[in-house]
Amino acid sequence: MKFSGFKVVKEALTGYKGYGPLWRNPDPKPAYDIIIVGGGGHGLAAAYYLAKEFGMTNIAVLEKGWLGSGNIGRNTTIIRSNYLLPGNQPFYEYSMKLWENLEQDTNFNSMVSQRSILNLIHSDGQRDAYRRRGNSMMISGAGGQLLSRAEVKEMVPFLNFDNARFPIKGGLMQKRAGTARHDGVAWGYARGADMRGVDLIQNCEVTGFKIENGKVLGVETSRGFIGAKKVGVSVAGSSGRVMDMAGMRLPIESHVLQAFVSEGLKPVIPGVITFGAGHFYVSQSDKGGLVFGGDIDGYNSYAQRGNLPVVEDVLEGGMALMPMIGRARLLRSWGGIMDMSMDGSPIIDKTHIDGLYFNGGWCYGGFKATPAAGMTFAHLLATDKPHDTAKAYRFDRFNRGYVIDEKGVGAQPNLH
Amino acid sequence: MTRLTGGLIDRTKPLNFTFNGASYQGFEGDTLASALLANGVQLMGRSFKYHRPRGVFSAGSEEPNAIVELRSGARQEPNTRATVAELFEGLTANSQNHVGPLHRDLLAVNDMFAPFFAAGFYYKTFMWPRAFWEKIYEPLIRNAAGLGKLSMLPDPDDYDKGFLHCDLLVIGAGAAGLSAALTAGRAGANVILADEDFALGGRLTMESDPLDGEDAQVWVAKVKAELESLANVRIMPRTTVFGVYDHGIYGAVERVSDHLLTPGDKVRQTLWRITAKQTVLAAGATERHIPFADNDRPGIMLAGAMRAYVNRWAAAPVKADNDAIAIFTNGDDGHRTALDLIAKGAKVLGVIDSRADAKALGSYEVFAGATVTGTKGRLGLKEIEITRGGKSTWHSVGALGVAGGWNPNVHLTSHHRGRPVWDESLLAFVPGQGGPKGLIPAGAAAGKGGTATAMADGMRAAIAALSELGMTANEIALPDAVDASQAQAAFWHVPGKKRAWVDFQNDVTVKDVKLAHQENMTPVEHLKRWTTLGMATDQGKTSNISALAVMAELTQKSIPETGTTIFRPPYTGVSLSVLGGGDTGPLFRPSRLTPTHHWAEAQGAEFVEVGPWMRAQYFPKAGEKTWRETVDREVLAVRSGVGLCDVTTLGKVDVQGADAGEFLNRVYANMIGTLKVGMVRYGLMLREDGHLYDDGTCARMAEDHYVVTTTTANAGAVYRNMEFYHQCVWPELDVQLISTTDAWAQIAVAGPKSRELLTRLVDDFDLSNEAFPFMACSDLTICGGLRARLFRISFSGELAYEIAVPARYGHALMERLMEKGADLGATPYGTEALAVLRIEKGHAAGAELNGQTTAQMLGLGKMVSAKKDSVGAIMSRREGMGQDARRLVGLKPVDPTKQIMAGSHLFTEATAHTMETDQGWVTSSCYSPHVESYIALGYLENGDSRMGEIIVAANPLEGITLKAEVVSAHFVDPEGGRLRD
Amino acid sequence: MLIPHPLLGLRDSQEFTYLGDASLMNRPDPSAPDAEAAFCDYVFLRNNPAGVHRELWFHEQGDRSWLIVTRNTVTHEILGAELATDVKLGGAQ
Repeated sequence: MKFSGFKVVKEALTGYKGYGPLWRNPDPKPAYDIIIVGGGGHGLAAAYYLAKEFGMTNIAVLEKGWLGSGNIGRNTTIIRSNYLLPGNQPFYEYSMKLWENLEQDTNFNSMVSQRSILNLIHSDGQRDAYRRRGNSMMISGAGGQLLSRAEVKEMVPFLNFDNARFPIKGGLMQKRAGTARHDGVAWGYARGADMRGVDLIQNCEVTGFKIENGKVLGVETSRGFIGAKKVGVSVAGSSGRVMDMAGMRLPIESHVLQAFVSEGLKPVIPGVITFGAGHFYVSQSDKGGLVFGGDIDGYNSYAQRGNLPVVEDVLEGGMALMPMIGRARLLRSWGGIMDMSMDGSPIIDKTHIDGLYFNGGWCYGGFKATPAAGMTFAHLLATDKPHDTAKAYRFDRFNRGYVIDEKGVGAQPNLH
Repeated sequence: MTRLTGGLIDRTKPLNFTFNGASYQGFEGDTLASALLANGVQLMGRSFKYHRPRGVFSAGSEEPNAIVELRSGARQEPNTRATVAELFEGLTANSQNHVGPLHRDLLAVNDMFAPFFAAGFYYKTFMWPRAFWEKIYEPLIRNAAGLGKLSMLPDPDDYDKGFLHCDLLVIGAGAAGLSAALTAGRAGANVILADEDFALGGRLTMESDPLDGEDAQVWVAKVKAELESLANVRIMPRTTVFGVYDHGIYGAVERVSDHLLTPGDKVRQTLWRITAKQTVLAAGATERHIPFADNDRPGIMLAGAMRAYVNRWAAAPVKADNDAIAIFTNGDDGHRTALDLIAKGAKVLGVIDSRADAKALGSYEVFAGATVTGTKGRLGLKEIEITRGGKSTWHSVGALGVAGGWNPNVHLTSHHRGRPVWDESLLAFVPGQGGPKGLIPAGAAAGKGGTATAMADGMRAAIAALSELGMTANEIALPDAVDASQAQAAFWHVPGKKRAWVDFQNDVTVKDVKLAHQENMTPVEHLKRWTTLGMATDQGKTSNISALAVMAELTQKSIPETGTTIFRPPYTGVSLSVLGGGDTGPLFRPSRLTPTHHWAEAQGAEFVEVGPWMRAQYFPKAGEKTWRETVDREVLAVRSGVGLCDVTTLGKVDVQGADAGEFLNRVYANMIGTLKVGMVRYGLMLREDGHLYDDGTCARMAEDHYVVTTTTANAGAVYRNMEFYHQCVWPELDVQLISTTDAWAQIAVAGPKSRELLTRLVDDFDLSNEAFPFMACSDLTICGGLRARLFRISFSGELAYEIAVPARYGHALMERLMEKGADLGATPYGTEALAVLRIEKGHAAGAELNGQTTAQMLGLGKMVSAKKDSVGAIMSRREGMGQDARRLVGLKPVDPTKQIMAGSHLFTEATAHTMETDQGWVTSSCYSPHVESYIALGYLENGDSRMGEIIVAANPLEGITLKAEVVSAHFVDPEGGRLRD
Repeated sequence: MLIPHPLLGLRDSQEFTYLGDASLMNRPDPSAPDAEAAFCDYVFLRNNPAGVHRELWFHEQGDRSWLIVTRNTVTHEILGAELATDVKLGGAQ
């Protein structure tokens, strides 16, 4: 069934009888060519691209809960390609290009909205660092603009310009950045994968790997053993738990990141704005809620909830930057578990176990990576070779001394 | 007016207010909603999507419909629930989310197109042509969406935050909460009793049932008086406990002055962090409705809310006194409303009860086995259709109460992701296992909602809570009370073809739930996200269970099999201002001031934020037109005479002990243990992963005493890291550390005349090059006995010293240096000149030590001693780091008048500028008055072997590409003669 | 969160700075033949358990002691706290 404006009108006039399930609820087959563990954004995107770009359809996605219940269901929806380092920036720019054609590709409106990101500058040193980053964006084709204080003020006059502890001195902007409707991204990929024959199996928790002679043969699940030639693990937030079942320790710690949404308001925030002197970033959803967040709580956690000090820290930043939002109310807060890696960058690689592949370590940046992570993981699973834009995301970069450390804080995950 | 008799309002205190510009009068004790109802106003708002006219639906914080913009100007507060907005003299409120007047909202046209806006419709369209989403569709959607408006002005009010501790926190001051608080209070426990309402009593204020045979308010007043008399009990009305955090910490907001026209000298709200050893959750229950066709008209409300309005606020929920009121119920609770209405003299049409065997409990008509199947009245309910046995009749009514049963307020029990469990006898979810430790649900929140039962349960919970703390509480004498019958049928919605609303604010109907099912969006989280159910400002308090029940019917599963929803903080909306705690503007973060700050201020210095510090940036003199002019003068003064700069912000760590040298050998990459007493060495610290961490000087003041300096930015982190190695890795070493950054004021005295100036201050101390050479250090006294430390170190490349005195003498020292150096041209300089001086000399700073670089890249690879182990030494030798050929170089633009901006990327001439051809980047840049050219530092591939090469510094971000010559990073005195003279 | 400081009693976690797994106290032998590999494991790999975790907290706004806190990463329940130095010197790791 193809979605279109015409279809919406037709169904409205005929009582929606033509709308069927967005995807099937298949029972697992005894075996698949490829099993993807994790029905979050990355896992669904990988399945979609395996089917669409690599012609592989004997594939299952195993999800312990409901489709999209991973971090794709609990993030702050930002997409951007404004990275500094050569290991990262081409990958995120590739992702941005995929975002730009996502809806036409999946025939599902995921509401990709290139409403821009503005990283505010509060010191000369910060401007120099952003200039270096902005020039990486320029030479990778992602585009960017360095704005003066006056230009920022004209664009977002409601920020605190006159009475600030850390005055705004400018900003780095990427116009092509923006937001996307996070659940819609998962659903678009899920529907597209299902239409091409991929089995999306919900309520199916992987409880172990069957590994013999260094080769993976399949997975044990809450719905029985399922055989597979290859298994791709894409379970950000649970990477430690799942890979432990394969006997692997990872360069990853699990941390909780809180996110927040306000009650609905008439539109005021044009794009994504990040505070450069505190932990606060914000955008406004199409529905009107201010969607915002800050830093991770900072301690290892699998609890999917955080604590008050970070809530207060985030709002201190918010109120310092934009004191006109103060009379709005917080509607809901929640926590997601982040795979915080040792250099702040992800891993898309084979493991030392034949047939077992891993995609994880996304820190709090996995959402924007969804299309490219799906595509490059699919590429690796299908061809056994890393995709050109993801070739730096290897396991062995740590031991060999090729870390991709955007922030320069070293092997301390809670600082990335 | 539809004001009845009685109620808990003070008729001696009339309050004037306006709604949508019209003036009304209410009384003290009213809410905005009760006062509007008493004035016959039913229409209070519009729904989110279809802009349907809406009236008040509840009498509490679960309100989905009657949300308004309260106050005006900078205090305008969008999305305020009229049901909990306490009335005050001069209150102004406006309805929101409509175009044109409330009763003629132009956007109500959406309702005509409702079939097109079914659940999930936007995911299926607006995709072509591609560019139209951002340009056309999305702006249209955004402008139509949203609810209330921000004033766009900074919040003018003050906020505070505070900490409270108690043995027992009681959340909710209804029947269960009052008995819990009284039980614990009498037992001597420290008790906090918090309630979101401004009055104590909870449902006791809203029901007509007597206690001990008299008005329940008599008992409430007695308990309140006793609790107030107990020094160990703190009563906190207007306080919402919004979240449960770890280890017994609760977040709460006290609305200190939201019931006043302006806060005056008070704060508006206070954020409390309450640490409770035990907690009783007596948060009551929320009534649910029964979806039926066109069930969203103004005048249709929860039957329990109707009781609240007539009993507590003496407000009939109708436009005119003689309008009839009907009740639609699936249980006995609806009949209570009919009885209370009759007792207050309201006209009751009857009770429509879905149960075939329903009987009247008083003198009113019962439509047994009947349902409401339709309504009329665009801006206010006029008629309802009652259907029984297939036969329908229309009846004229002015209001309809709907009683679908009560849901325990389990919200806080699921904040730690504990799941509520289904109680089939109550037809409701009750708190399950796995709730927050120490949180005991009681009363209606635990599914024990009858008045007598709730009181007993509150008492039980308090006794149990205190026994956990080893305290004994005795049972208290509870008043005689009865449990009203909660008998009800599992009747969840009235089937039909027309729209029946489940979630009022977000306009989610039974049809939408059905469509979600048809499209396989059946898991409860899919249902919510596909339809937006429960995502409105009421967080689904009145809608989630009804939707689950409909989905259960469709999937032919039980409700608990279909799923449950857990709730997240906050329980109700919390203002962003109060969560920020009030530290806005310059108070956002503390400002650390250097010891010479006030002196510098008096000199007219410009200041700049450097991390937590404010530092003097430069010292403009009269007649200087640009900052550059000032900075050039300061730089040249140092190079030719003597300059003074406060460098107190650099971190200082005092290291003492027999093993201090060994310890420093391990934390510094280079050898420190061999340093002679009275000498200073430049030191590099690495992270354990082999990257550069920090640099600074290490001075050996005595055999077992070293003073380490760090960069300003890393002062805290380096000290913490040293303590880590001291306490966690090598505790066997005899060494003690303390940060003395704040204890010593330190001033750089730099320039060829620095020795001469210092000679005038020191007490009997030989400063000659022989006695006190480059890199010497010493304790000494100055100015006639003031304890000081002197270091002959140089950041500028000139003959230079840093002198440290106890911080309280910093200001005086600066004055004395200026006074004694007046004839030498002593010149204060700020961070800008400091930066120019160090760039000219090729010294690394934050931009070069950015955490991504190595000792090798700085050209200091040999400093990582191979003779000993130190933090990071082993990992610095990994393949990828050894092969990194980027080196720090100086860059001189071919055109000396053009600045090579820091952050430019470096390329070989005549190559395309791509990520692959990137050769490095510019770290720092400035105008050098010494070189009389712009200069820069940067990391360049094989930079050390490319001296003299012309390369390209590209800054496409600002459209500037410059040619530059690769030169030594040491623009000044590369041999280092000056600093050694 | 509240951390039971062994010397100072319950203290708010905001007074502390978190580092990570207490295994960071076990710095490998730099003179061992496979030292580089051992250091790579030490610096980069973590058990990252969903459950009981021994971890390092620094009482930065307090007495500046490093503590080993034993905490459940799923429930955040704290099972105990010790002075890191005591543990290290006691050899009980």
